[in-house]
Amino acid sequence: MDIAQITPILATAIATSTPLVFACLGETIAERAGVINLSAEGTILLGAMTSFAIAKTLEGSGTVPSLLAGFAGAAVVGAAIALIVALGTLTLKQSQVAIGFVLALLGASLSSFLGNSFVRIPGPTVPSFKIPGLQNLPLLGNLLFQSDLLVYLSYAAIALVWVYFYRTRAGLMLRAIGEQPNAAFARGTNVVKMRYIYTLIGGAMMGIAGAAFSLDFKAGWSHMHTAGYGWIALAIVIFGGWNPLRVALSCYLFGILQSLASVAQSSIPAIPSQVFNVAPFMLMILLLVLTSSEWVERVLKLLPSPLDRTASELIRSAPPAALGKVFEQD
Amino acid sequence: MTKRIFYYQLASIALAIVFITAIILVVGASPPSVITAMWSGAFGTVGQFARVIATLAPLLLCASGLLFTFTAGLYNLGIEGQIAFGAIVSTLAIRLTQDSLPPALVIVLAILMGGVGGTLWGLLAGVLNVYGRINEIFSGLGLNFVADGLALYLIFGPWKREGVASMSGTEQFPESLWLPTFGNTDASPIALLIAIAAVAITLIILRGTYFGLRLRAVGQNLRASYVLGIPSIRQLLSAFAICGGFAGIAGALQVLAVFHRLIPNISSGLGYLALLVAMLVGLNAWFILPVAFFFSALNIGSLQLPLDLDLESSLAGVIQGTLVLFVLLARGVSESLRKPSTTPLHKGY
Amino acid sequence: MKVELKDISKRFGNVHANDRVSLTVEAGTIHGLLGENGAGKSTLVKVLSGFISRDSGAVLLDGKSVEIKTPADAIARKIGMLHQDPLDFPPLSVLDNFIVGKTGTGLIDRQRSLRQLQQLSTHFNFNLNHYETVANLTVGERQQLEILRLLSLGVSTLILDEPTTGISASQKTALFKAMKQLASEGKSIIFVSHKLEDVEELCDRVTVLRHGKVRGRAEIPCPDAVLIDLMFGRELAPPLKPQTRQSEPALQLEKIRVDTDRLTLRLGDLTAYKGEVIGLAGLEGSGQQQLLLMCAGLLRASTGQIRVNGVEMTHESYSKYLDRGIGYLPADRLKDGLVSGLSIQDHVALRTPSRSLFVDWKETLKQTVQAIATFNIRGKPNTLVERLSGGNQQRTQLALLPVPLNLLLMEHPTRGLDIESVLWVWQQLIARCQTGTTILFMSSDLDEIMRYSDRVIVFSGGQASHPIAVSDLTADRLGQMIGGRLSDTLEPSVIS
Repeated sequence: MDIAQITPILATAIATSTPLVFACLGETIAERAGVINLSAEGTILLGAMTSFAIAKTLEGSGTVPSLLAGFAGAAVVGAAIALIVALGTLTLKQSQVAIGFVLALLGASLSSFLGNSFVRIPGPTVPSFKIPGLQNLPLLGNLLFQSDLLVYLSYAAIALVWVYFYRTRAGLMLRAIGEQPNAAFARGTNVVKMRYIYTLIGGAMMGIAGAAFSLDFKAGWSHMHTAGYGWIALAIVIFGGWNPLRVALSCYLFGILQSLASVAQSSIPAIPSQVFNVAPFMLMILLLVLTSSEWVERVLKLLPSPLDRTASELIRSAPPAALGKVFEQD
Repeated sequence: MTKRIFYYQLASIALAIVFITAIILVVGASPPSVITAMWSGAFGTVGQFARVIATLAPLLLCASGLLFTFTAGLYNLGIEGQIAFGAIVSTLAIRLTQDSLPPALVIVLAILMGGVGGTLWGLLAGVLNVYGRINEIFSGLGLNFVADGLALYLIFGPWKREGVASMSGTEQFPESLWLPTFGNTDASPIALLIAIAAVAITLIILRGTYFGLRLRAVGQNLRASYVLGIPSIRQLLSAFAICGGFAGIAGALQVLAVFHRLIPNISSGLGYLALLVAMLVGLNAWFILPVAFFFSALNIGSLQLPLDLDLESSLAGVIQGTLVLFVLLARGVSESLRKPSTTPLHKGY
Repeated sequence: MKVELKDISKRFGNVHANDRVSLTVEAGTIHGLLGENGAGKSTLVKVLSGFISRDSGAVLLDGKSVEIKTPADAIARKIGMLHQDPLDFPPLSVLDNFIVGKTGTGLIDRQRSLRQLQQLSTHFNFNLNHYETVANLTVGERQQLEILRLLSLGVSTLILDEPTTGISASQKTALFKAMKQLASEGKSIIFVSHKLEDVEELCDRVTVLRHGKVRGRAEIPCPDAVLIDLMFGRELAPPLKPQTRQSEPALQLEKIRVDTDRLTLRLGDLTAYKGEVIGLAGLEGSGQQQLLLMCAGLLRASTGQIRVNGVEMTHESYSKYLDRGIGYLPADRLKDGLVSGLSIQDHVALRTPSRSLFVDWKETLKQTVQAIATFNIRGKPNTLVERLSGGNQQRTQLALLPVPLNLLLMEHPTRGLDIESVLWVWQQLIARCQTGTTILFMSSDLDEIMRYSDRVIVFSGGQASHPIAVSDLTADRLGQMIGGRLSDTLEPSVIS
């Protein structure tokens, strides 16, 4: 296989990972603030359904307005589900796992029930848009700049979240809240309020991820249209070590696994194609399980120390210390 | 005190009903006709009622198993995979022995092996949790994907039907290997008996044995139970193993009594539904029977919706999820109203 | 800034943590707040720093009454507090910790903050690696960082809560130098401590608290005896305990060293005899708890050996310790000792050695009813333990102890209990001693230690004194030892 063959595979991988990038960044924001939004599966499905239904209904008023309304609707739905998560876990102090899990199932069922009349009909999709100039760059042009606006927006989102986390005061405080809420409180922050805000923002991004599926990369709507992506998004956030850049790269890794699966499908006929559809999910989770277990640490300890340090920085990182815990102000 | 919680629960269920009604109105249907359709879908004919019972059996098994993990303070999201792996091992047992052993023996063996398979899959999540420090939620979800992938591989690879492999599953087993049913319906008395036995065993173990008591202690406070001398790791692993075992038997029943073959996604979401049942029931294990029955009836009854009213059957999931969500929220409200903020003494002053 | 606290009162449940406490700190001075653990010092400064809301009283800054309800309010009033356990963010770098919570432009100007941090570090001669992760810093370095951060916020009142616990001698010197420098620059400093020598070395003036009340004020220098009187009261309670000690050794420790994150306990050798009660005195966190946990089998000693009734126990598992009749009563009863959500009866069943699979609830109920009667627990068999009062929780814990009980290890056995319960609990314990049980207990109530111990070990900063017979103890001597002057009065026991 030469470069000419690999580039389109990679380009497809990067483009098709775009919805996951939005979802995982959203989840990263919430988790960095200390809240696991386990509802991702339901949020993405409901976001996908809502945005498609809105865009389809408004199709008559032009592609751009209908698409914009679709994305906005998905963001609102995502934020609304996140609001229930925040209310249930931050104010009412119930288990984040319980509330999130119920919402994951409820969101999925709701999307199916409410979206019934929109199943398998054509609707508006995000048009492709090649960036003039950049698209002609050697290699990178083909790889990164020959898709549509949503993909470019996802690049911007990655950069923005990264800059926010590591270069702004508010972002520093966001990370602080997820690590030691007591200390953040001592420094004058309203921890619960900030957690509400970040959970809602994260939820909105997951809703947008749903819209990115149904209005662009998996255009249209069907029952359980994006099944599995919410769960995989949760895993990718862990795999990406809660760092927006690594999380995004993990999304692309997942996209590459998917592209490879579809390539391998044709070249290895012995293995049924259906297996290839789930293989990326399996591989991703296996990788996660392998890299996040304590055994890896033990194996890494066997390496010479400088190597060990780089290796563990690359593949390991601790979750935010207060993730999933109830904040009790004394 | 408990009376007040009860009123909150009632209010939350009322709110849930309002929400569900609103959802039904959104799609332009009339709530009474939905109720009628679902009722007739679940109880209209003997055959339909039998299907409710057929769904009830695996649901009860899984929910019973989940009571163990919940009691130990664990969220066993891996239950779907445990069902699937149980079904796979059970199918393997049938394939290996159906030509050499009498059918009755094959059936017994298949059920047992289903339990063994589920136990192993559950223990795997447990080992990853206890020794690998991987949150049981993610190890469970991961193992779900793996079990599903494995089932797909087998169905489309080594165990594929003569001619074309398809999503409809492996070759159907001969009728001698089907669990006997009530008359000409889908409900198997044996499956139901096994499920009810599982519920009974669960109630007895959790209420009456030292094991159940220790499990409760571990679930409530790991540190204090260790100080009290309870071997906590063994307790946690046992909870995973038992839950996996019950789920595996449910998987075997799906093979033997419902589908008569291995199909992709054989758990049909029953494991997750069982999680909802267990969450709703809380520690009042007795409620498991009515709640599971109600949820099964919703599942089967909703199948009538596309036929009668052109509505999606996922309304069942909407109703189940909404009920559980509102009950959880009501629990939160009553707890936060009960606890006025007090600073515990031991925090130093 | 002149800081005045007037008639501050604060109750936690039925404990008066602060009872009309007043404190005035002039600008440019270091004011010591001296008292034993539990005297109410932390409550008072937390009221000032916005962590605790007072029940009554007033806070005045430069004569003006102010409301401080949250830490944010305190920061706005230029009041900063250095907490005993550093409240910082271990996974973040020193520089990021310095920046968290500071206001300024949206984007962080790390270079500018770095310059500020460097400047402040140089000013106080603190040596911090700005890119190091805070998790890798010593407690002393984390304090230095926190002080610099508070100063960069422009605080004019600095509260230090037990800052000398867990830091090295040279860090302490640097800290004190910095404090004096700050005072000379006009800041008001409140220095919370229980260590006499620290207060005497650093402070201009001192206010002594005991049992939530102001017991006196003094200008420094001031004779030790006066301060000790104020801290502990003139009279120590007379010993009450009858002679129960036998001649056989029960617990034998040899060359024990215990390492934990915060503290290394160097104990050397110790022998406790059957029927003996040894009180462990000292400020909380001086190593008493480590000793108790280690003897209970819940914490491994790094070196040394432990024998109970002649049986080697050093490498045994916790369950073996339980089997040998070793009991442990933790201070935090609902966190470490009892399981919330379970009833008294459930606990009794859990502690019943089970041969059978099924719980014999009838028999358990009988045992529970009996235990409730014997231990005078105000509760029913099916009462959940978290619904019991503190005293009744402690009675329940006592009821659950193994029989026979060879060795009993207790943290604050009567904390939060009413007087009647205290007497009753000790009556039970002494009855146990008469049957040969050996007791080691820690307490911050010196009266309790004096009344009920045969011998006392005083802990300070991970070192322990030789056991001293209570009859040889005076308030002075005990106070000085607790205040960190172990070596003035006693050779510390074998330091390995």
